[in-house]
Amino acid sequence: MTQIPDQAAQTATAQDIDQYLKIHEHKDLLRFITCGSVDDGKSTLIGRLLYESKMLFEDQLATLEADSKKIGTQGGALDFALLVDGLAAEREQGITIDVAYRFFATEKRKFIVADTPGHEQYTRNMVTGASTAAVAIILIDARKGVLIQTRRHSYLVALLGIRKIVLAINKLDMVDYDQSVFEQIEEEYRAFAHQIGLDDITCIPLSALQGDNVIAPSPINTPWYHGPTLLGYLETVTVDDDAASRPFRMPVQWVNRPNLDFRGYSGRIVGGAVRPGDRLRILPAGKESTVARIVTQDGDLDLAVAGQSVTLTLNDEIDISRGDVLATIDAPPLVADQFEAHIIWMSEEPMLPGRPYLLKLGATTVAATLAAPKYQVNINTLEQLAAKTLELNEIGVCNLTVNRAIPFDPYAENRDMGGFILIDRISNTTVGAGLLNFALRRSQNIHWQAIEINKQAHAALKGQKPCVVWFTGLSGSGKSTIANLVEKQLHALGRHTYLLDGDNVRHGLNKDLGFTEADRVENIRRIAEVAKLMVDAGLIVLTSFISPFRAERRMARDILETGEFCEVFVDTPLAVAEQRDPKGLYKKARRGELKNFTGIDSPYEAPEAPEIHIDTTQLTSEAAAEQIVARLQSMGVLD
Amino acid sequence: MTTLTHLQRLEAESIDIMREAVAESENPVMLYSVGKDSSVMLHLAAKAFYPSKPPFPLLHVDTTWKFREMYAFRDEMAQKLGLDLIIHTNPEAVAMDINPFSHGSAVHTDMWKTQGLKQALDKYGFDAAFGGARRDEEKSRAKERVFSIRSAQHRWDPKKQRPELWRLYNARKNKGESIRVFPLSNWTELDIWQYIYQENIPIVPLYFAAERPVVARDGALIMVDDERMPLAPGEQPIHKSVRFRTLGCYPLTGAVESTANTLHAIIQEMLLATTSERQGRVIDNDSSGSMEKKKQEGYF
Repeated sequence: MTQIPDQAAQTATAQDIDQYLKIHEHKDLLRFITCGSVDDGKSTLIGRLLYESKMLFEDQLATLEADSKKIGTQGGALDFALLVDGLAAEREQGITIDVAYRFFATEKRKFIVADTPGHEQYTRNMVTGASTAAVAIILIDARKGVLIQTRRHSYLVALLGIRKIVLAINKLDMVDYDQSVFEQIEEEYRAFAHQIGLDDITCIPLSALQGDNVIAPSPINTPWYHGPTLLGYLETVTVDDDAASRPFRMPVQWVNRPNLDFRGYSGRIVGGAVRPGDRLRILPAGKESTVARIVTQDGDLDLAVAGQSVTLTLNDEIDISRGDVLATIDAPPLVADQFEAHIIWMSEEPMLPGRPYLLKLGATTVAATLAAPKYQVNINTLEQLAAKTLELNEIGVCNLTVNRAIPFDPYAENRDMGGFILIDRISNTTVGAGLLNFALRRSQNIHWQAIEINKQAHAALKGQKPCVVWFTGLSGSGKSTIANLVEKQLHALGRHTYLLDGDNVRHGLNKDLGFTEADRVENIRRIAEVAKLMVDAGLIVLTSFISPFRAERRMARDILETGEFCEVFVDTPLAVAEQRDPKGLYKKARRGELKNFTGIDSPYEAPEAPEIHIDTTQLTSEAAAEQIVARLQSMGVLD
Repeated sequence: MTTLTHLQRLEAESIDIMREAVAESENPVMLYSVGKDSSVMLHLAAKAFYPSKPPFPLLHVDTTWKFREMYAFRDEMAQKLGLDLIIHTNPEAVAMDINPFSHGSAVHTDMWKTQGLKQALDKYGFDAAFGGARRDEEKSRAKERVFSIRSAQHRWDPKKQRPELWRLYNARKNKGESIRVFPLSNWTELDIWQYIYQENIPIVPLYFAAERPVVARDGALIMVDDERMPLAPGEQPIHKSVRFRTLGCYPLTGAVESTANTLHAIIQEMLLATTSERQGRVIDNDSSGSMEKKKQEGYF
């Protein structure tokens, strides 16, 4: 049975405290997640674990008693759920809406509990909680049995790599502690779990409310049960912490240079172990060196293992920077730039295939573009569905491309080398998470042809500096008219130019695309890539597209070299453009005959800092064109 | 030694968080409150960047109402570690002579701490600030991220928190926004004390029991630390053996009667304790959910 800390301390002498501290210094840490549906009694269970392991103090109990009377759901009796539903909004609505972390300790272990909500719309939170957990407790209401939610929670924890499952069959008091109910649920669950690769399952009959089998066995109510109590299991479960037995990996977080004589690489070891003298490969560059020292403030170490944060010095002077991975030469990670991955979408804004997001993996951040999902997973039925995008809380499998090759391991082999987050480049919020499955074969095979006649050669022959002049503005703003005039002037100046125009491109290259947000993103991505090839051919490219989204304009800017991209904002107020309406499109849109029309039912994100800003209410098209050419000259885009 | 102890894990995680924040910010700062958690955080910072010095200054948002021993300890620590110490006192609060006796704890805390902190962050343009808050302290803190984004107005929006998976922290921010970073998120009060014991970390002597002059106010024992403490007619401070479980402004910090004058004794007492450490903090008791409100307004 469990000894709880304060009982141990109750009779402690100074010597006992020494003993106590020794034991507690050597305790390890178990992180677990609790998953359950709204009324499965999850918060009650956690509240009881905290209460029974004496992690609650008198003042907290006093608050709990008062709150239980005021807003409790247990008729004035202690409502443990109130302990863990932290945010005011949650208490008012009586639901849990975010991940909360709870802490308790026994003689044997320290525990961190991720308490996550069970509603479908909060898959995001469950995945977050599961990402750091080694064990999952899945709650079932004995009266209801295995539900859709149970399957969903099980799939998610399996996806995130948790292999140890406790099936907590709760509220057994409500079915008179009936053994057959327990056994029936256990049988059904095991059959299902086996299909998704979960076999290490411990089923425990519980009443979180009454306390049966939570801390102490319940021989009176469940005389037929001889397995561990919930806490007994958590205290003794061996967690395959095989991170230490895996190949050595350490992403470099920070280069430590206090002076010219010391160059160290600081990071947290995410796999294996390292000793001075070990031969390492530095990726993605592929150079090799030997570990000189493992430096810590408490003295150099002879050995460092997965989980530790250290600073390594090497025997050779090699250029290593943040994001590089130090790895054993015996089993280095692969380096690739195209992958298949599971994506969990976490943003209200749907995923846009083709839009570049930032991908953070280890200490590396790169630009990543997702292809349309191969399929989406229905997390309730595990069916694979066709999908063009992923919405909030949807999970799918996608191919993705990053803008430079990165070292990685499949997520199944190493969570820290294969798990990543996706960040929106404009809002900077985390919009998704992903698990790398494998590198696409083509990413390893396709190498850029080292072409000898390169951009410089093309440009030199034409005697000009290639660039893209990117016109953006509302439909009817005058982009195409002005771009046309600019091209005429450049042509007259002897420049080799090409004008890519919205309507023309949509008749050919992009005729498969419509006007949904996703198609608009893909439209602009193709234009940007074509413009880049033309720049490579030495041309001055003018593009005239509404290009309503900042993210895509930034992507176009980013794929070109510095100084090659010049954004021209043709600024015409919506009312003016609508009044001009040269193609009658606004009228159609207003009548509802044209969907997704920029300015009417689709947004236009004006440039924040365009190189050139043209106010068409103040300038004629001719004057605007002259001003643009003059600006291009003064900016050095035209030499 | 392939299995790390829980303290080794916590230490490694905190170091990881600090390095990540430094690598991903331009102008980081460490909030230094002089308390035990700050002492642990400072100790971890020294480890994280060794043999370099921690590449950021310390910031103490001073209320002018801290215990005298805290000021002495603060100056000694900054000097010993050779770190820059920025001390900010809200000039408006100075001008208005804000104090807990005439203005109450809510106004006092808001003016000196919340407003003072915002002023200091704006004045120096810090884009990342380390704080020593722990998730086990209070319910709304249990839900805060390790990297917690604040608007240009320093507001916290609990509904707009970024999901935080694995050990991946999203430290990207828009112009004007800043990040509060909590390297001790996963430590408990007991972890802190065990680590102080194990690593022999210096802490303010007020944590140890000694004879101190106190008066009873609203059920709390308040130490008469200087002559600014108003006494009722005929009221005499009593000398009692007391210590503090948490440190703040002396008029707002309740002492506990104790004879624990060694780390051993403190840990033993803590294991037997029946009240949580924040109970000594007068500010938390204003109303249920008050910490969440203060945090939204920019309080650490």
